[in-house]
Amino acid sequence: MSLFTKKHWQRRHVMEAFMKFIMRVSLAIVAGALGLILWIIIVRGLPSLSWDMVSKIPEGGYYMGKEGGILNAIIGSAYLATGGTLLAMLFSIPIALYLKTYLGDSKWGQYVRLSLDVLWGIPSIVYGAFGFTLMIALGMRASLLAGIIILAFIELPIMTRAMDEVIRRMPIDLEHAALALGSTKLEVALRVVIRQMLPGITTAILLGFGRGIGDAASVLFTAGYTDRIPTSLMRPTASLPLAVFFQLGSPYPEVQQRGYAAALILTIIVLAVSLGSRWLSARLNKYTVK
Amino acid sequence: MDAHIQVKNLNVYYGKQQALKNVNIEIPKNQITVIMGPSGCGKTTLLKTFNRFFELTENTQLTGEVLVDGQNIYDASVDVTEVRKVVGLLAQRPSPLPMSIYDNVFYGMHIHKMKKDRKEYKAAVQHYLEIAGLWDEVHKRLHDPATSLSIGQQQRLCLARGLAVEPEIILGDEPTSALDPISSQNIESRLLELKQQYTTVIVTHTLRQAKRLGDYVIYMYLGEVIEAGPAHEVFNNPQHERTKAYLEGQI
Amino acid sequence: MSQVDPLLSNQTKNQAEGRHPRPSATLRARQDQAARRAFFIFTLLPVLLILFITVALFFRSWPIISEYGLSDLLFGQVWKPNKGLFGFWPFILGTVWVTVVGVVLAVPLCILASIYLAEYAHTKTRSFAKPILDLLAAIPPVVYGVWGLLAIVPFVDDVLAPLSTRWLGSISIFSVNQPTGFNILSAGIVLAVMIAPLIISVMYEIFSTVLNDLRHASLAVGATQWQTIRNVVLPQVGPGILAAIVLGASRALGETIAVLMVVGNIPQIPTSIFDSAYPLPALIANNYGEMMSIPLYDAALLSAALVLLVVILIFNILSIIVLQRMTRKK
Repeated sequence: MSLFTKKHWQRRHVMEAFMKFIMRVSLAIVAGALGLILWIIIVRGLPSLSWDMVSKIPEGGYYMGKEGGILNAIIGSAYLATGGTLLAMLFSIPIALYLKTYLGDSKWGQYVRLSLDVLWGIPSIVYGAFGFTLMIALGMRASLLAGIIILAFIELPIMTRAMDEVIRRMPIDLEHAALALGSTKLEVALRVVIRQMLPGITTAILLGFGRGIGDAASVLFTAGYTDRIPTSLMRPTASLPLAVFFQLGSPYPEVQQRGYAAALILTIIVLAVSLGSRWLSARLNKYTVK
Repeated sequence: MDAHIQVKNLNVYYGKQQALKNVNIEIPKNQITVIMGPSGCGKTTLLKTFNRFFELTENTQLTGEVLVDGQNIYDASVDVTEVRKVVGLLAQRPSPLPMSIYDNVFYGMHIHKMKKDRKEYKAAVQHYLEIAGLWDEVHKRLHDPATSLSIGQQQRLCLARGLAVEPEIILGDEPTSALDPISSQNIESRLLELKQQYTTVIVTHTLRQAKRLGDYVIYMYLGEVIEAGPAHEVFNNPQHERTKAYLEGQI
Repeated sequence: MSQVDPLLSNQTKNQAEGRHPRPSATLRARQDQAARRAFFIFTLLPVLLILFITVALFFRSWPIISEYGLSDLLFGQVWKPNKGLFGFWPFILGTVWVTVVGVVLAVPLCILASIYLAEYAHTKTRSFAKPILDLLAAIPPVVYGVWGLLAIVPFVDDVLAPLSTRWLGSISIFSVNQPTGFNILSAGIVLAVMIAPLIISVMYEIFSTVLNDLRHASLAVGATQWQTIRNVVLPQVGPGILAAIVLGASRALGETIAVLMVVGNIPQIPTSIFDSAYPLPALIANNYGEMMSIPLYDAALLSAALVLLVVILIFNILSIIVLQRMTRKK
């Protein structure tokens, strides 16, 4: 027995081992939840998943278990999320650029970031309710356009902050070097910063798209639901989350089953987008100065 | 020589890079040993193998032995916290814990449950603050936050905190490099006072400090120990070309 | 980096340019000024949007608030729109119960998991855990709802409820008074998983603001890692942890679809976690269709949204300010 050998299991060593153990268990529970969710969705969704599901719109008697699919919802969601993301991009890129080049960590910059974070925290049901008040004020009906606008509001803070986080890590030297060469801030923003922002923009787009395609509570108010594929911005449109939601509410087991399958489709899209953004930003990061 | 620490065939790797190459040295008991060498030569790494602090960096690997009182501190049965109790560390930057002056000294003793009651703890805190030469300056404000002290006072507080757990060895990783000259001198004179009771190992990059403090000197270059021996021998009659060059200020 | 008010600095710059009549430089500088203004207007958007949402909801809620008074709405016990009774109290309590259960379940797990990630885990474990948490955060609410419906509701009904009856039956908040698993506990479990990624990542961020020097100072006197965390790290991060919890709670408060799919939606004043409840967001979502059919119904539902918004705004602003302060110190 040496000077440094554990003489006996002191309380503090027991405590150390115990804490480490329950920490590992906690992390395992949280991580395991992902596995559990995916497992359940796959096991229950896969049996009803068919080619018809993704290639047909609901036909007569679909909601009583007859022929058809949810192509209307898939296309509708694609329109909604793409439109929302594009619209949000129009605003989030200038805001992120301005935050970086002109504002930095100034007071106004902090307020803008604070308000973006606050917007991020507003629940989608409130955005939905807000969208509803807007629609009444403008005399609009539930439509693809209304859904796109509200999704753009929801995605704006997420996308802006994602870009902001990426460019904030950009070395200041690069900017200063450009300024020292006599560039104006605008030129720096457009030539230097925006190139650095590229990975941020791609991450932001995919993040925003993922959030937009999965959002249910806001489109409930603004986009409505229909069995047709929308042909104009002013028409209502179906969406995947609501397709899941409504079909689960059906008393027919076949329809409920299709709800699970729709959930599986939605999950696959969202996970693909999320993994894609991870992969893309890892690749793009190689080409920027760190 | 009565060796307190013996290092045998020590190799340390950070990832694939080798930081220490086959180090074999002995560190004498109750003397001040100074490790010197150009920056990046592995002197801090060597120091940190004595209290197993280098393990706090990820992806490190170690082969060989470090014996303290004849016992390998890298043996599987060893409790690392016991090692760190016996081998104290004075860091490069003073790092008072975010608590009161009193609690800083109390902290280690309390962790090891070294005293019986409040009175004993109180007496011990006073004792170690006195040894560190800080008592007179702080005894009226023991419960102020430790960060309210000046940098020099903070470093002496850290010394008191380290001594309070009754170590046998004190490691100093350039312990005066962040301090002003007067505070540095203060710390140096504490270390000189303490060397009767403690084995002290100091990493320094200033030659003059090495000369002021060192009883025994280790000169390192690129992860290897080039020369080790009693201070007067190494300083006056270096055996190795590189040591000579360093002492003459060429490196 | 410009610290000045952008509009103010425009003037001074313009004056300065008068003295330097280099045409191209002036043109470029003018472009810069114009861009600065345009950009500035863009940044007004997020700030104004918050105000606009609040004002719009308030404006639409005003008819019912002015007719019934705020306290009658908030503390009214009965919800019968066709009889003109709009009492939010059962729904407010439902929201509070569901949120509290979700937060209580999530917080210990999140604190432990984030300490593990920040203090113990190797880089490998971290780079494994991060994408898992990201994916968990990316899963849409409706999918969480499906999972809750298929896995959690039966689990609560078949496993937890009998266990609770057996061991905790005498304690009223654990008593089982209803025959289904559509209850507060199910909703709480689903919510806990939904808010966990956010809370963990915020807490992780907070732990990494603590300087390593402090950890080393504690380890150097022979403290174990847990002693170091307990005595040195945790006291430093208290406000940040609290802020992370509040942030998580505000997410839970507003969660709609996932909760409404598993919580039972019975407007009653709950007394046990095994009771059904009907939170405010579920109320809004379930009744949007009939909003215009009964007088004041739309105003009632929009004022429910307003109540939710105001509480969430307060929670969010407080916690975000604390977090911004803490992370900036680094």
